[in-house]
Amino acid sequence: MTVHTLRWVAVAVAALVAGCGDKPQQNGDNQVVLIGQVSPLTGPQAHLGKDNENGARLALDEINAAGLTLGGKKIVLELKSEDDAADPKTATTVATKLVDEGVAGVIGHLNSGATIPASKIYSDNGIPQISPSATAVAYTASGFKTAYRVMTNDAQQGSVLGTYAVTKLGAKKIAIVDDRTAYGQGLADEVEKAAKAAGGEVVAREYTSDRSTDFMAILTSIKGKAPDLVFFGGMDPQAAPMIKQMKQLGLQAKFLGGDGAQTPKLIELAGADAEGALASNPGLPLDAMPGGSAFKAKFEAKYGKIQNYSPYAYDAMHVLIDAMKRADSSDPAKYLAELPKTDYQGATGRIRFDAKGDITGGAVTLYQVKDGKWQTLETVHSGN
Amino acid sequence: MDIFLQQLINGLVLGSVYALVALGYTMVYGILELINFAHGEITMMGAMVALAVIGALAMAAPGLPGVLVLGAGLVVAIPVCMALGLLIERVAYRPLRHAPRLAPLITAIGVSIILQNIAMLVWGKQYIPFPDVLPKGRHEVLGAAITDVQIAILLLTMSIMLMLILVVQKTRLGRAMRATAQSRQVASLMGVDVNRVIASTFVIGSALAAVAGVMVSAYYGLAHYYMGFLLGLKAFSAAVLGGIGNLGGAMLGGLLLGLIESFGAGYIGDLTGGFLGSHYQDVFAFFVLIAVLVFRPSGLLGARVVERA
Repeated sequence: MTVHTLRWVAVAVAALVAGCGDKPQQNGDNQVVLIGQVSPLTGPQAHLGKDNENGARLALDEINAAGLTLGGKKIVLELKSEDDAADPKTATTVATKLVDEGVAGVIGHLNSGATIPASKIYSDNGIPQISPSATAVAYTASGFKTAYRVMTNDAQQGSVLGTYAVTKLGAKKIAIVDDRTAYGQGLADEVEKAAKAAGGEVVAREYTSDRSTDFMAILTSIKGKAPDLVFFGGMDPQAAPMIKQMKQLGLQAKFLGGDGAQTPKLIELAGADAEGALASNPGLPLDAMPGGSAFKAKFEAKYGKIQNYSPYAYDAMHVLIDAMKRADSSDPAKYLAELPKTDYQGATGRIRFDAKGDITGGAVTLYQVKDGKWQTLETVHSGN
Repeated sequence: MDIFLQQLINGLVLGSVYALVALGYTMVYGILELINFAHGEITMMGAMVALAVIGALAMAAPGLPGVLVLGAGLVVAIPVCMALGLLIERVAYRPLRHAPRLAPLITAIGVSIILQNIAMLVWGKQYIPFPDVLPKGRHEVLGAAITDVQIAILLLTMSIMLMLILVVQKTRLGRAMRATAQSRQVASLMGVDVNRVIASTFVIGSALAAVAGVMVSAYYGLAHYYMGFLLGLKAFSAAVLGGIGNLGGAMLGGLLLGLIESFGAGYIGDLTGGFLGSHYQDVFAFFVLIAVLVFRPSGLLGARVVERA
């Protein structure tokens, strides 16, 4: 609590001080354009946050090295990286700080929970924002003209999962459980819709909470309906005991989960029972990305091991600057109009946006636990 | 039929864990008329300590049989929780024994928050896996499955409850406890060391909580610094349902709550044609609780019985 408050105050003071600086900075004949990057750089997700920062910085350094000229002026890009600690409140504070510093665009944030409140601040100030990793549908559903993402959203993931369960896994009867969170319920609803559309039958729709560990009652009820597959929309602390209890009850159905279940923790918690469990994650594994190996070589030479989303942060930066080039301006009011026309071949694949700012045909990769490890099954692109 | 039987087994196992924790609430309430809200956290501490021991043992001597490892975890967790219960009583409740009743209630909540935070600092916010050391035997009875762990939980809770009843009814300590429950002042005039009796109540309740904590984490295969909160709340409700202050009531209330939850979650969707889903299982359980309290405000067995302890 106190640490939290202190950090908040510190950030607010820093924002005030920084806000006093003059906005258009000159560096010799070159004009400096600031680009913001926000991710949790402290706390349990710091490794992921640093990874995003490095991905964005790699792209920025490449663009600077190649030379950028906008409106007849030589431009030098400068990265302003901020820490939102994956906290919604801190996210709005640093977003305000970046706006006050006069950034021309923002790559971030990492978590949906932090991205959504910050997106209002960028929208109010007309600053374009591309998130490399936020998946919650709500981020682009607010109708903000400045909100974009290069990552598959939860609705796209759910729709891929529902179709996949019926067509590829051959499940005719499907039981669906969700944890009543915005994430779990949203994902489960999309799975249900897609599974029905693909000709599957949803024989049971059960609910639990994100604190439960006992699913015996609902699984017993599900067992009575003899499904081929149980889909769970929720996180690993629930998915793991659910898998164990399915085994205990002798429920012979496949287990399928979303990205909340596709974690090393699931295997740790469910032990040997995890074997054969299926789950998905939005995006592509590195070796399946068209520019994956080239990115890996460049990234690892500078920053070491890739954690997760850095290829997406790298592409997000390129997409942002690409729009500036087409508008021949770093003025957000001018280049924002170019973002919807994006058609960029990035390291993660071809990037285009739909009317809401979501990536079209977002990739979803399916994994299965084999020999105590998540093994890649295949990557599917969503229909939109 | 097999589904019905399966739900019955599910409910009994869940209910016997609730009952074991509910006993701790009800014993303390019977004697002090205090709701020891830290009791759920003692359960959590029991699970965490046992897991730490089991994890260390599984690392140091991987060949040991699972039952032995689990036993070692219990042997360490029980005294740790007993000491914890003693400490809480001494620090948070005894100084406030003559204060208004709201004061110890607030320290109880304070202690529960402190324990949660200590556990979070020591073991982190992550869910901790219970090592795969237990036997995985499953038996099919009339189409319903019951595992070795479930059988062990049922047998263990039944025997612990029997032992507790014997202690309260047949021993000197039990008689002192019953006397203290009736009137603290008169009991102390009769030469009963009231402080010792109250401390013993906390120690016994905490030992039961430790066992329950280890059982829960072994059954579900994980432990978490927050696990005591919901478990404590459910067990407290079970104690109220059965009639708080009454040992038999806690057992009955626990079993009933487990069965209601199990059958509620299992059948509510089908019975209402999908209108109400299994997310109403808690609503259903608490509806029953409210209904019982409306008609029997002191709980099912909660008449002012002399034997309350």
